[in-house]
This record gives sequence, structure tokens and C-alpha cells, in this order.
Amino acid sequence: MTAHFSQSATILLMVAGLYIVIARGNMVKKLIGLSMFQSSVYLLYILPGKLIGGTAPILGAGYSVYANPLPHVLILTAIVVGVATLALGLTLVVRIKEAFGTIEEDEIAGDMRSDGSKPGRGRKSA
Amino acid sequence: MTAPGFGDPQLLALSLALPALATLAIALLGRWPNLRETATLLGAGLLFATVMALLARVLAGARPELHLASVAPGLELALRIDPLGMLFAAVASTLWIVNSLYSIGYMRGNDEPRQTPFYACFAIAIFATMGLAFSGNLFTLFVFYELLSLSTYPLVTHKRSPTAMRAGRVYLLTLIGASMVLLLPAIVWTGMIAGTLDFRTGGILGDKLGPVALALLLAMFVFGAAKAAVMPLHRWLPAAMVAPTPVSALLHAVAVVKAGVFTILKVVVSVFGIETLAQSGASQWLVYAAGFTIVAASFVALRADDLKRRLAYSTVGQLSYVVLAAALASPVAVLGAALHIAAHAVSKITLFFGAGAVYTAEHVTKVSEMDGIGRRMPWTMGAFAIGALSMIGLPPAAGFLGKWFILDAATGATDWVAVAAIALSTVLNAAYFLPILIRAFLRPANGPRKEAPLPMVIALTATAAGTVLLFLLPGVPYRLASMIVGG
Amino acid sequence: MIASHLPVLLIIVPLLGAVLAALSRHGFVAWLVALLASAATMAVAFALLWRVQAEGLISYRIGGWAPELGIEYRIDAVSAFIVVLVSAIAFLTMIYARRSVLAEISAERVAWFYTMLLLCVAGLLGIAATGDAFNAFVFLEVSSLATYTLIALGRDRRALVAAYQYLIVGTIGATLYVIGVGLIYLSTGTLNIGLIVERLASLQGSRALTVAEAFIVVGIALKLALFPLHAWLPNAYAYAPSAATVLLASTATKVAVYLLARYLFTVFGGDIDVGAIPISAILIGLSVAAMFIPSAAAIFQNDVKRILALSSVGQIGYITLGLALANQTGLTGGLLHLFNHALMKGAAFMAIGAVVYRAGTARLDDLSGIGRTMPWTVAALTIAGLALIGVPGTSGFVSKYYLILGALEAGLGWLAILIVASSLLAVLYVGRIVEVVWFREPAAVARECREAPLELLLPMWILAGATIWFGIDAEWPVGLAASAARVLLGGAP
Repeated sequence: MTAHFSQSATILLMVAGLYIVIARGNMVKKLIGLSMFQSSVYLLYILPGKLIGGTAPILGAGYSVYANPLPHVLILTAIVVGVATLALGLTLVVRIKEAFGTIEEDEIAGDMRSDGSKPGRGRKSA
Repeated sequence: MTAPGFGDPQLLALSLALPALATLAIALLGRWPNLRETATLLGAGLLFATVMALLARVLAGARPELHLASVAPGLELALRIDPLGMLFAAVASTLWIVNSLYSIGYMRGNDEPRQTPFYACFAIAIFATMGLAFSGNLFTLFVFYELLSLSTYPLVTHKRSPTAMRAGRVYLLTLIGASMVLLLPAIVWTGMIAGTLDFRTGGILGDKLGPVALALLLAMFVFGAAKAAVMPLHRWLPAAMVAPTPVSALLHAVAVVKAGVFTILKVVVSVFGIETLAQSGASQWLVYAAGFTIVAASFVALRADDLKRRLAYSTVGQLSYVVLAAALASPVAVLGAALHIAAHAVSKITLFFGAGAVYTAEHVTKVSEMDGIGRRMPWTMGAFAIGALSMIGLPPAAGFLGKWFILDAATGATDWVAVAAIALSTVLNAAYFLPILIRAFLRPANGPRKEAPLPMVIALTATAAGTVLLFLLPGVPYRLASMIVGG
Repeated sequence: MIASHLPVLLIIVPLLGAVLAALSRHGFVAWLVALLASAATMAVAFALLWRVQAEGLISYRIGGWAPELGIEYRIDAVSAFIVVLVSAIAFLTMIYARRSVLAEISAERVAWFYTMLLLCVAGLLGIAATGDAFNAFVFLEVSSLATYTLIALGRDRRALVAAYQYLIVGTIGATLYVIGVGLIYLSTGTLNIGLIVERLASLQGSRALTVAEAFIVVGIALKLALFPLHAWLPNAYAYAPSAATVLLASTATKVAVYLLARYLFTVFGGDIDVGAIPISAILIGLSVAAMFIPSAAAIFQNDVKRILALSSVGQIGYITLGLALANQTGLTGGLLHLFNHALMKGAAFMAIGAVVYRAGTARLDDLSGIGRTMPWTVAALTIAGLALIGVPGTSGFVSKYYLILGALEAGLGWLAILIVASSLLAVLYVGRIVEVVWFREPAAVARECREAPLELLLPMWILAGATIWFGIDAEWPVGLAASAARVLLGGAP
């Protein structure tokens, strides 16, 4: 178990996040789950790059063991993507709350069905 | 007849371009009915002239070819005229003129709505028929076959009533469905076995398939071409009778249904090859299927009171004569089949013209309402009588010829099932046509003399005369038909 | 000078355009920028195609870094094929968008709409152009984030929910993909697809790779709406602004298919079954299910946009079927269908967008007889519908024909029959639309309409015309698809 501690943590985060996304009807909670799910990826990339006793990659005498910098750079990008996704998701939830008055998926699903059965609306009825 | 510099390929292109141009002209002239009808008649007249010019060349031994486009490797859109296609095209283009005349009378006489789309779709259907008749390979044939189904759908649903829309659905689903599920796979299969889709007299399959596979492939072609209305895929034809009568007359007596039997005959002659088929015995089952259709359709016709429905079932039966002949797979049978295509076309169109004239003049649609109508509309019912004689197969009407050769082929092959089917159906044909004539001419009339509008009477008299003439002077169709197998 | 930087210009031009459009703040200026940028992008794409056909693979190193460290763009016959398709559709969408967007989106948001449209195009082109697995993820997210925003700009409040649902599913898909990439990275130490391919050779049978492939395939399958992972798509297409739907339906799923093909063939090699997972069998099964089930559902819809959206899920089934067949003919058929479907669905969504522009609704009940008042628009819709069925004479026939040949070549005769049989479902849902719009008496809505303006008709008819043209003379697209298939199957580029 301890030998694969980092992988275990990654998988736990991944599965827990995905579970929240699927099992919760609250749109904000879903987004939290989604963020957890994405965080597992950060661990997946970064943890194997960590070397015990390793330093930052500095060219020079005395620095023979260093961690691979590339995963860090990659994950910086992934974090930016994750933040953008979360921000956009939350914005949508705010707009949904304004439009439907709720952020519970099952209540919204009911509203959407009744929207669908209304007759066609005239043009420019945004 | 033709301007100098017009070679065979140009004429061939013209035979397709004319109906296409007519469509365009009709669509553009929609606001001026008289000009629009002129476009139809002009298109029909010019097409007839073009086809006749081609006919002269084909009779002289030419086989015009034209390559249109290559869709993908192995899929070529190409035209090539052979005698069978020439015969079909000649029949269709001749009858288009007569039918246009009749349509004008009918559509105006009944004050039908949406006349511009009607004439435009009609011209597209003729375009598709020409392409089908002149197609040089299976793929081209398939393209025009589908175009014909699609372009006639608006005509079937012309009335837009719920019944018409339902009939339209049956029509489209049966025809397109069968052609996609059976005809297309059959074509793909043929292409894989033979390595080509081109039509060649004597067949392209050779001995590459065993008798069972051959029978299966034949079944896919026969039922895939549901336009031939071999039972059980015949229901669309009676359903399509909701269409205005000119549609029933030209399309469901000539162009569409003949496209079906033409496809089967063409496939038997130029894909399977009649020798291959005869030796393998792979078409024996088709003799039974066609024989059953002939007899069963006659029984249904016997019980139908609606005149157009009776005619429709008569068509189902008559089409299977051609299929039966194709199944017999001998030169004489093919000769008979080709002649029957021509003969049935002119006589069935006469019968439909008669039915439409009776409807336009008196709004009669049922056989039981036709008492004495022959005394009131002598020209119409006289023509109808000639058509009926032709259906039964009695001289001096053209129907006799095709039947004679098919019967000859059946006895020659000592195929007693086929002989029995033909004999029985002849009796039944008489049993359902003669009562109409007896009612029409022998029962007392219940009104004054009142003929249908003049264009209609001219048209149906012309086709009735054609029915007799074809019997008396069968020279050209006979020469074409006998060239089919000879190459 | 410029010629050597073509691959990167492909991304930079729309990206810069997006920035300019955002800065302009003005609807018309933003549109003009978008139009010019997409025209320039299309020119670059065609130039690339021409060069690939002449010289073969083009490799471009961003900033001059070696592939081990930097990002490499690789344009081969497959990428060029996709890039040309995406950029051409994007250009036509821009022509179409101006009036459609004015009618559907409030004025202060119009500039943002074009910004997002250009970002989406940049992302999609980036996925096709890049030779770096992680870079593909970034572009995937760029295009996805732009897409969520585009959908949310729809005028119906349900658009917000559709965007949210797509955001959740899309992010899961992209994350699964990047997990798979991570596993490959851990096994091979590189993210460059060319180098991955070299290093994977010594790692055959590794369990990490099997898991990686599973993650990647499922992740991309979510993005390309492979049945049964398609639930997000119908709502997204139905409620997005019409112009956005045109772009998404014609290009977004297609680029995802490209990415899937890249991994299945280029990365994991010609034999696409890895380890214990019979990917080709699963893919065939799901493709066939997609050909039937969503198409059958489409028959019972009342909103034309939804019918077309569900039909898209079905049509994607044909494309993935081509991938699953994994032989030259079948793959050509799949890629050709990708191309043809982009054209026909683009035309169809443009047509229904034009109907919405005039009638304000896409509900079938309200559109009775609208063919009488908008004949050109509805004719284009009909042509696209015929192509969806696969009627000969339209491009849909040619691609299905190749698929059938491919199935027969693979010895799967029953599959050929299923391909044909599934087309009958298209007959039903297209037939239903055609019957209502042409053959019913015009309803109140239809009588008040006029024909759509030329700006909408022109791009619509270019696509509809191409659908007919490539149904009669398919040499050009077949050539492109065939050479792309050859590259994917390991031949020379």
C-alpha cells in the first residue's frame, strides 16, 4: 500500500470526484466533483516526477539529481484549463439560477420538459 | 430529321436534356398556364423527335454511348442504348405527348390545384425514365430508378388528403425500401462477383455463381425492383391510385411499373444472360412466383368495384407476364416480354384515360355506377373496349402479340405451370373486363350524351388506335425485340 | 518565408482574430475580422494541403525546439484533409453568421460570439495540426470552452442547461483523455506522437498501454458523441445559436473522430485491438447501435434541430464504423463520410437556421407548408436530407457505398446489409420533415414568411451544391480520403 501511496491517492481522488459528478443533482456540487476529478490528473503527472533528494533542474556542479521539470509545466497549463472550466461552469450555474430559479438538476429537467411542450414562440423572443 | 453535326452521343445527351429543360421551363413559366403547357408539349414533341432519330440509328445497328461522369472508381454514370432500352424509351416518349394532351384536359377540366409542380414533376419523371431506359450499367440504372421513385412521390400525393399522404408513404417506403435493402446489395454483389457493372448481352456473371446463389441474386433483383409489383411487394400500386388519373395512366401503367419489369428483363438478359439462367434452372422459382401473382392479382381485380383499383390489379397481373417471360429465359420469351411491355403500355394507358374521362365527365369511379355509360360516352368507352380486349389478349389488339410469344415460350419449355397460369388469367381477365363493357353498352343510359373534354377524347382515341395499329403493324417493335437477344 | 511557417499560421490567424474581435467590442467589426481571419485560415489550409500532396509530411517545430522538449506540428495527408474541411466550413459559417446572429443574439454580445467562434476554430485546427499529445489536450479544451460559451449564447434558457451538461461531459472526456496521455508519458517519457510511436515498439503488451488506450478511447468517444455517450449532443445542437450549431455539427465531432483515428492507427498501430480489449469489435457494435437507435429516436422528435442532431449521432456511427473496419476501403469510406456529412449537415443546419431566422421556430408542427414560402431554403434542406438517406446522386451514397465495400472486404456481409437497412430510418425521419414542409397546407407561421436573405442562401447552397456535386463526381474527396486512409494504415504520407 505504502509503495503505491501516490497512485492510491490519485485513484481515490479520481473515483471520488467522478462519483460526485454522477451522483449529485446539485450543479455546484457537480462542479466541485469535476474539479476533484481534474486534480487527480495533476497528481498523476507530478508525483512520478518527484525524486527523493532531487532538486530543481539547475545546471551546475553539485546538482546531479533533479526532478523532471516538464510535468510541472504541463500541469501548470492543466491547472489553468481547470480554473477556466470551473469559472465558466460556475458562471453558467449563476445564469441557470437566474433563468430557472433553482440549481437542482431534477427540478430543471421538469422545467425543460414543460418548455418543450409550449407552442413555438415568435421570433426574437430571446 | 436531325441537323448535320448531330452524332449519336449528342442525340443521346439531347434525349436527357430535353425533359430537364422542360422541367426548368415549366417551373419558370408557372404564372402563365398557356405558356407552361406549351413548354410541356414542346418538350414532349422534341423529345419524341429525338428518340425517333435515335430509333432509326439503333435499327440501323448503331449502339450510341455517352459517358456522363465517374462518381468513384467502378461507379460510372454512363449511357448506352440497346434495343430493349430503345423500345422502352420509344414507348414512354410517344405516350408522353399523348398523356400531356390528356393531362391538360384533365387538370383544367377538374380544376386541380398546384398544376405547375405537377407538370414539373412529370417532366422529371420522364427525365428519369429516359435515363433508366438508356442506362449503360447497373449503377446508372439504380440512380435513375431512385430518381423516378422520388420524383413521382409528389404526384402520388398530389391531392394532399390524408389518404393521399398515407398512400404516398406506402409508395415511397416500399419502392425506396426494397431498392435499398435488396436492389443495391444485389448490385454491389454483382459488382464484386463480375468485376464490372456494365450491361453486356449474354451476361456478365458467366459461371461464377452456383445455381442457389444465382437464384438468390435473382430474387434480390426481382423483389428489389419493387416497381415490378411481384407479390408480395405489390401493395404500393393500388395505393398509388389516389393520384390524378394522368399520373396513374402514364406513370403507373407505363413509366414507373415498366421501369420495374424493364429492370428485371434487362438484368436477366444483360447481367445473368439467358443461357446461364436457363442452364442453371435458377429462375424456375420465379415462374411460380410470377404465375401466382398473375392469377392472384386477377382474382383481386375480379372483386374490386373501384374502377382504378381494378385496373391497378390488372396491371399487377400483366406486369408479371413480363416477369414470367423473363423467368422462362429463352429468346422467344424475351421477345414476348419486350412486345408485351409495349403492348400493355398503350392499352393500359387507354384504359386509364377512359377511367379518367368517365370521372371528369360524370364523376363516376365505381364499376357498379357505370350502367349505360357507353351509350353516353361512345368514343371513350369504345376506346376502353379496345384496351380491354388487348388486356384479355384478343385480336385485333396488341396484347395478343406479347401473350402469344410468351405462351409459345412456355409450351416450348414444356413449363405447364406457366401455361396454366396464362390460360387461367386470360379467363379471369375476360371475367373482370367484359362485365364492365356489358354494363356500359347494354344497360340503359340514364342521361344525355356527354363526352369528356376534347383533349382527353383525342388522347384516348389516339392510344386506342395505337393499340390496334401495333397489332396490325408490329414491324418496328418486333425488329427491336428480336434484336435484344441477337445483340 | 511565410510558406515555411504555414502550419503555425493556421492557429495564429484565428487566435489573433479572436483577440481583435474581442477588443473591437463592435458587432460588425468583429464579424469583419472573423470573416477575414477565417478566409485567411482557409487559404493557409489549402496551401498546406497542396504542399502535403506535393511533398508529403510537413514537420514544424514551434520556436525551433527539438521534439523531445518542444512542440512539433505535423501536417500529413490526414491532418491536411481535416484542416481543409474545418477551415472551409468555418469560412462559410462566417458568411452565414452575420444576419443569423443579429437576429438571435443581443447586440452587446455579438462581438463575443465571433471571438468564441474563432477560438473554437483555432482549437479545432490546433488538434488537427499538432503532433504533441498534451498540446492536443490544450487545443481540445480551448475549442471546448469556446463551444460551451457558444451554446450558452442561445436565446432559449434551455441553452444554459445544455451548455452546462456539455461542460460536465466534455470535461470528463478531456480529462480521461489526458489521463491516458499521462500513462503514455510515464511509459515512454515523451509527448511527441512521432517519438511515442518509436518508443512504443519496445513496450508491446504493457498493461499501462492497454489502460492508456482505454482511457483515451473512452475520453475521445465522449467528445465525438459515440453512442451511448451522446446524451449531451441533441440539446447542445438544438439550443445553440443557429450559426454555432452549423459550425459544431460540421466540424467539432469530426475533429474528435480525427483524434480517435490518430490514436487507434498511428499511435497504437494498425492492429487496433490492444491487449485484452477487442476495440474493433466494440467499436463495430457501438457504431451499429448508433446507426439504429438514435436514428430511430429522431423519427419521433418534433423539433427539426433535434431531429438533425440525433441524426448526427447516427451518422457518426457510420464514420466510426469505417474506423473499426480498419481496411483501406472501409477507412476511406469512413473518412469520406466524415467529409460528406460535414457538408450535408452544414447545409441542413444552415437551412433550418434560415427557417428560424424567418419563422422564429424550428418546431415541425409550426412549419407546415413552409416550402411554399421559402422554397430555396427548404430545397436545400431536402437535398441534405436525401444525402443523409444516401440516395444515389448525392454524396451520402458514395461514402456509404465505400463503407459497404469495406464491410464486404472485411468479410462482414451482415454489416453491409445493416448499413443499408439503417438508411431506411433516415428515410423515415427525413420523409417526415419533407412531408410536413412541402405537402401540408401552409400554417399561419409559414404564410407570413418570406424567402431567406441571400447571405444565408449563398453558403447554404454552396454546401448543398457540393453535396450533389460530390455525389456525381466524387474524385476529389475520394482521393483525399483514400490518401488519408493510406497514411493512417501505415503507408507513405
